[in-house]
Amino acid sequence: MGAQKKGATARVSEDPEELARNPLQAILLADSFATTFRPITLERPKVLLPLVNIPMIDYTLAWLESAGVEEVFVFCCAHSKQVIDYLESSQWSSQPNFSVATIESHNSISAGDALRLIYERNVIHGDFVLISGDTVSNMLLTQALQEHKERKKKDANAIMTMVVKQSKPSPITQQSRLGTDELFMAINPVTKQLLCYEDKAEYSKGFISLDKTLIADNPSIILHNDKQDCYIDICSQEVLSLFTDNFDYQHLRRHFVKGLLVDDIMGYKIFTHEIHSSYAARIDNFRSYDTISKDIIQRWTYPFVPDVLCGSTAIKVERQGTYRASDVTLSRSAHVGSFTFIGQGTKIGNDTKISHSVVGKGCTIGSNVTIEGSYIWNNVTIEDGCQLRNAIVCDGVIMKSGAVLQPGVILSFKVVVGHQFVVPAYSKVSLLQQPTQQDSDEELEYADSTSGTGELQSEKLNGDIAPDLSETASELGTGGVGYIWSVFEGVQDEEWRHSVAPIPTDKLVKLMLDEDEEQLTQDGNVLSASGELKADSDDNGSEDENNEDSRDDYVFFEKEVEATFLRAVHENVKVDHAVLEVNALRLSYNMASVDCAGAIFYSMMKLAVESPHSSASELLKNAAEMITKWQKLLKSFLHDIDEEIEVILKFEEMCLESAKEFAALFPQVLHLLYDKEILQEDAILRWADEKEGADESDKVFLKRSEKFIQWLKEAEEEEDDD
Amino acid sequence: MPDTQALVNDFLNKLKKRKIEGSQATAKQTAELLRSVISQTRVPYTNQAAALIQSVKAVGEGLIAANPVELAVGNVVRRVLHIIREEDLSLTTAAMAGLNLSAVSDDEDDVGGDNQPVLSAAAIAAASRSTLRPPSLQTLLEDVPDSAAVPHTSSSGGDSEGKSKSADKSSRSRKLKHDVIEAVNELIQDINTCHEQIAEQAVENIHQNEVILTLGSSRTVLEFLCAAKEKKRSFRVFVAEGAPRYQGHLLAKELVTRGLQTTLITDSAVFAMISRVNMVIVGAHAVMANGGVIAPVGLNMVALAAQKHAVPFVVLAGSHKLCPLYPHHPEVLLNELRSPSELLDFGEFSDCLDFGSGIGAPLLHVVNPTFDYVPPKLVSLFITDTGGHNPSYIAEIYQLFVTSLRGEDMKFKSEIMKTNCVAGGNLVKS
Repeated sequence: MGAQKKGATARVSEDPEELARNPLQAILLADSFATTFRPITLERPKVLLPLVNIPMIDYTLAWLESAGVEEVFVFCCAHSKQVIDYLESSQWSSQPNFSVATIESHNSISAGDALRLIYERNVIHGDFVLISGDTVSNMLLTQALQEHKERKKKDANAIMTMVVKQSKPSPITQQSRLGTDELFMAINPVTKQLLCYEDKAEYSKGFISLDKTLIADNPSIILHNDKQDCYIDICSQEVLSLFTDNFDYQHLRRHFVKGLLVDDIMGYKIFTHEIHSSYAARIDNFRSYDTISKDIIQRWTYPFVPDVLCGSTAIKVERQGTYRASDVTLSRSAHVGSFTFIGQGTKIGNDTKISHSVVGKGCTIGSNVTIEGSYIWNNVTIEDGCQLRNAIVCDGVIMKSGAVLQPGVILSFKVVVGHQFVVPAYSKVSLLQQPTQQDSDEELEYADSTSGTGELQSEKLNGDIAPDLSETASELGTGGVGYIWSVFEGVQDEEWRHSVAPIPTDKLVKLMLDEDEEQLTQDGNVLSASGELKADSDDNGSEDENNEDSRDDYVFFEKEVEATFLRAVHENVKVDHAVLEVNALRLSYNMASVDCAGAIFYSMMKLAVESPHSSASELLKNAAEMITKWQKLLKSFLHDIDEEIEVILKFEEMCLESAKEFAALFPQVLHLLYDKEILQEDAILRWADEKEGADESDKVFLKRSEKFIQWLKEAEEEEDDD
Repeated sequence: MPDTQALVNDFLNKLKKRKIEGSQATAKQTAELLRSVISQTRVPYTNQAAALIQSVKAVGEGLIAANPVELAVGNVVRRVLHIIREEDLSLTTAAMAGLNLSAVSDDEDDVGGDNQPVLSAAAIAAASRSTLRPPSLQTLLEDVPDSAAVPHTSSSGGDSEGKSKSADKSSRSRKLKHDVIEAVNELIQDINTCHEQIAEQAVENIHQNEVILTLGSSRTVLEFLCAAKEKKRSFRVFVAEGAPRYQGHLLAKELVTRGLQTTLITDSAVFAMISRVNMVIVGAHAVMANGGVIAPVGLNMVALAAQKHAVPFVVLAGSHKLCPLYPHHPEVLLNELRSPSELLDFGEFSDCLDFGSGIGAPLLHVVNPTFDYVPPKLVSLFITDTGGHNPSYIAEIYQLFVTSLRGEDMKFKSEIMKTNCVAGGNLVKS
């Protein structure tokens, strides 16, 4: 690795033209940093899981190779040893014009960490393709790459091109066919710039928020909910340094993309490239595993289909999309239905029915077995009379005769299901015990720290498996081996969403009924049912949680300013520092200096009222002291007349509501403020003018200070006379 | 030979990824690759032919397995093997002729006497003739009567390897490799020029004011039509667009730029138009040993329409497309199923392909096969680079070719069988 690094730095120093002709590079993340494929991923990395009998990473690498990528850096974290061993023994280590280098890490917990590490290695010298090792595609990169380069030439801030594809979400379940949440994207149809990316829209509220400035800046915006994010990104070098600068970026989409979209200081832009005839999708959960497997069998990913990829171990495609390896032993009475894949050396017994399934290499399937929509990996033994529906069965599993798998079952490696045992729907069974600590980080999709040491665990477990056996025998029937993982509370309801099994009809009906009810209650408000477009009322960007009412913000802000001010008074903080603090508050709440002046004045007067006083004159004295002492603070927020008027209005408001004691002293305080040069006479006169036309009730204070205003006016005239 | 290994790997990859389009390009690249393999192979003093055959076979098996659907690869590999055998044979006989009787007496000691009487002057004459001409399948096509002589000469082939010990001359070993490379060069030349050779026959086949129908796009057809146009023939062309790849559009465009009167129709309009057509001219993917044709999808329909209206159905095929296999061979039954996205837009139909609900199986299945099989009785005429033949004639030639191989040493025959098996994918086991 040291030599590689050295070579890299040497290349950086070359002239820019040389750099422009760099080979196309790609970063392949061989870790999903997610726990969606547990318990399987405790024992084997996700990228090595077979997808129609070929490890996922092979699809990704084959695509990268055919798309013209010349150098791939495979980032391995969890089970890195397995990934590296696999790559070294595979065909990829000996390809001409296509080099695969691995980068190993043991402490990265997110894609962000991975990219930061790669940045440190200094191996990326230009635009690169960022992809995770569980992506299947057959798109041509040339055009997307060309577009990206041209945009980059015109606008250095266009640092990323995201590949999207049309795919309609189901109207009932609000999720895509890949089992991911409905995704909202706002795209400028002319420039293809991505303006908004929202994958966790609130269905209950039925709306998503768009920043008002987006509508102001873009003549047209198209809001899509029928686009699927392919998780193929063409990135410029800056992306890596951005990850390093923002060390809190972890998730590629949730933090990085949204972060860039909100951040208007740096002005980085993300663009989209839509593919039409080619295919691209990422395996995110068991549902997408099922969907993409079927897409492959239906040949949407051509030429990355089993019979082409396998090459030497010739696999033949027969009618109705049946793939069969050359040396399958099939009983005469066995029935292999449509869209089924049967791997090498598999034996299938009498009267067995298989349809819409994938059966791996070296499996032994007995007689009278029914297999529907299931994924059976390698060297699995299924004895007579078993029934499998929509299940995933990993390597080395043994199913004793008569065992039944209900829809959505996952059997991890080497599990043994007992005689005539029925595994309940959606259960996950593994030889490893469920990690006891509940992942509080799961929401963040961090890889759990245990996943790195999973191999150790399994070794340990294999060592003393004997005592375990007797204990768990009952859990999977007689002679069964394995633990049924319990489902966390709350997740259970959602299990069907991401399962390998199709959504049961009763669920669909229930959802549909729910929706009808919802629509009834919201009768008349047609828009909200279908997703209302609501322009944001403040300038604070759409992602803020508390954007319901900017008024609320102001109240919080005022309180904060007051607290700051009180602290300044009691702790004798220097005025300059107080100014800084208030300014910081102003920025964090995104307020104008008008609001600051109002808030500070409010706090000052409030303090004056609260400090002990016996008469009106004493109160006035208090106020005068306060103003004298803190005038500098107040002045630093009074830049022009408008702000001064705001202070008067604020004072007026206080006199009416919170500090009625001041009501009598209004003209005096006004005079005081004038004397201290906090308020200019212009401001006072303008205020008087504005109030002239107001209601009688509003004019109370105007009348009280009439004399003072009169005096001001006269003074002005005298000046003019001079 | 590390660099040949790299070349072979590269080519294998391209074949696997379906990056080479068209059988002519594939055939040419295969031949070129085999040439470099031959030139890189170190030949021992004894048994050079076996060494060459060994290395060519090793590479060839890989190539055929990489894309069993592309039959041109297998055809070229077989022809190169044939070339090596023929060259070896002719060299031996030539050497023997020079060595006189004393050499013959040597042979008697080496091999049993059973072959001796057959070694006649006729055999030597036939062998010397075959050295003058490129000895290949083409020889058979050009002069079939002579093929009767070939089995005769080949009967001596059995002991040729044994004799190579006695006729051990350093110049000879170099000469074999040189001759083989020369012959392969001629093969490449043939593949290169097959378009022109076929096109030369255009004027004899296309007549004034005729209407020609074709489907999809084929370079051979394009050259053929243009050659007729250049010879001042005036005729019209109907082009069926060739869904789903619509290569007919490109052909129509190309024809128009060359000044031909062109009409573009949909594939489904073929039957309606066929009564106005004088001749159907199409390209082929491969020509089978029985005279049947593996052709782009849709051609069987066109052939049936042509038969119904008694319109001649003419297939243009370079000799590299002639495949000594029968359509019942397993690898011929293979069809390349391409991506359904050529037929319909995935996004528009994504809701039909949602497996997440209902029975969990797609109700929509899109099939996109690449090839059709046109039986020999529907083909009126084959035009190859050696001239026009009818299907039964092609079948007859193959018959002769195969029997000639059978007459030869058993090794060659098993070799053919073996190569066939490779395509079926069984060899990996054996």
